[in-house]
Amino acid sequence: MKAIHPKLAAREACESWMPLLELAAREVFALMLGGNLAVASEPVADEWLDVAAVVGLAGQVSGTLVLRCTSESAAEMAARMLKVDSRHTGPEVRDAVGEICNMIAGNFKNKIHGMGDGCMLSVPTVIPGRDYSLHAIADSTKIEVRLLFEELPLIVSIEIHN
Amino acid sequence: MRVLIVDDSSVMRKIVARSLQQAGLTITQVLEAGNGSEALAVVQREKVDLILCDINMPVMDGLEFVKQLSGVESACGIPVVMITTEGSEGHVVQALSAGARGYIRKPFTPEQVREQVLPVLARNP
Repeated sequence: MKAIHPKLAAREACESWMPLLELAAREVFALMLGGNLAVASEPVADEWLDVAAVVGLAGQVSGTLVLRCTSESAAEMAARMLKVDSRHTGPEVRDAVGEICNMIAGNFKNKIHGMGDGCMLSVPTVIPGRDYSLHAIADSTKIEVRLLFEELPLIVSIEIHN
Repeated sequence: MRVLIVDDSSVMRKIVARSLQQAGLTITQVLEAGNGSEALAVVQREKVDLILCDINMPVMDGLEFVKQLSGVESACGIPVVMITTEGSEGHVVQALSAGARGYIRKPFTPEQVREQVLPVLARNP
């Protein structure tokens, strides 16, 4: 029998989670924002995305779940959550994006058998701007889904330490 | 009815308050706290009829808050409904064992809030 390299096995497991990650994001947007997400048919230009929310995962699975979007998209998310005009959102924008990321992370882990109890979430951290980079100290595997919210791009990714 | 909403997200506190109103509850006052420690201070100085509480919060989390609430003589009968992303069965059992009377998973609809909160209030007239 041919042995499967642990890194390859982790990659396969991660890739099988991609539809669940997309579903988790879709459900959060539908229930909390009353909005639908569409799959981006063209590559999303990463340099446009100037807001990132990060939630840490620890336990049976450790890593990070990251939601990246534009400032415009973040303001629209906050406006939908608060039911106000996006021009009237202020400091709540970061709070709203962090909370959406948190709900996607929770919803995602509850869809994976055994992960709900075996994996804890951190409180979210929100990073404004583009001038940053995230480095995982441990060897890791990353999956991401590229979506559109109100025709604005957003990326939901999960990076799991192998 | 005076409701205390405990969540470190101010946006989420507003959404929970709106959902309670959409669920048809008559809310006379909404009190807010950003963590369990702040919530303990609120219940010691204010009359509260219902508490909705997140689990993952800085300073003092929701489970610790529920445990400590039972030691506050003036507040130990106030029903607590957890409202959180930690939706696994283990977390539900942990919360109910700690003293919570109901459990709502985020994301949620106003109908789900209604389904969880009304029976809790019916048991605590």
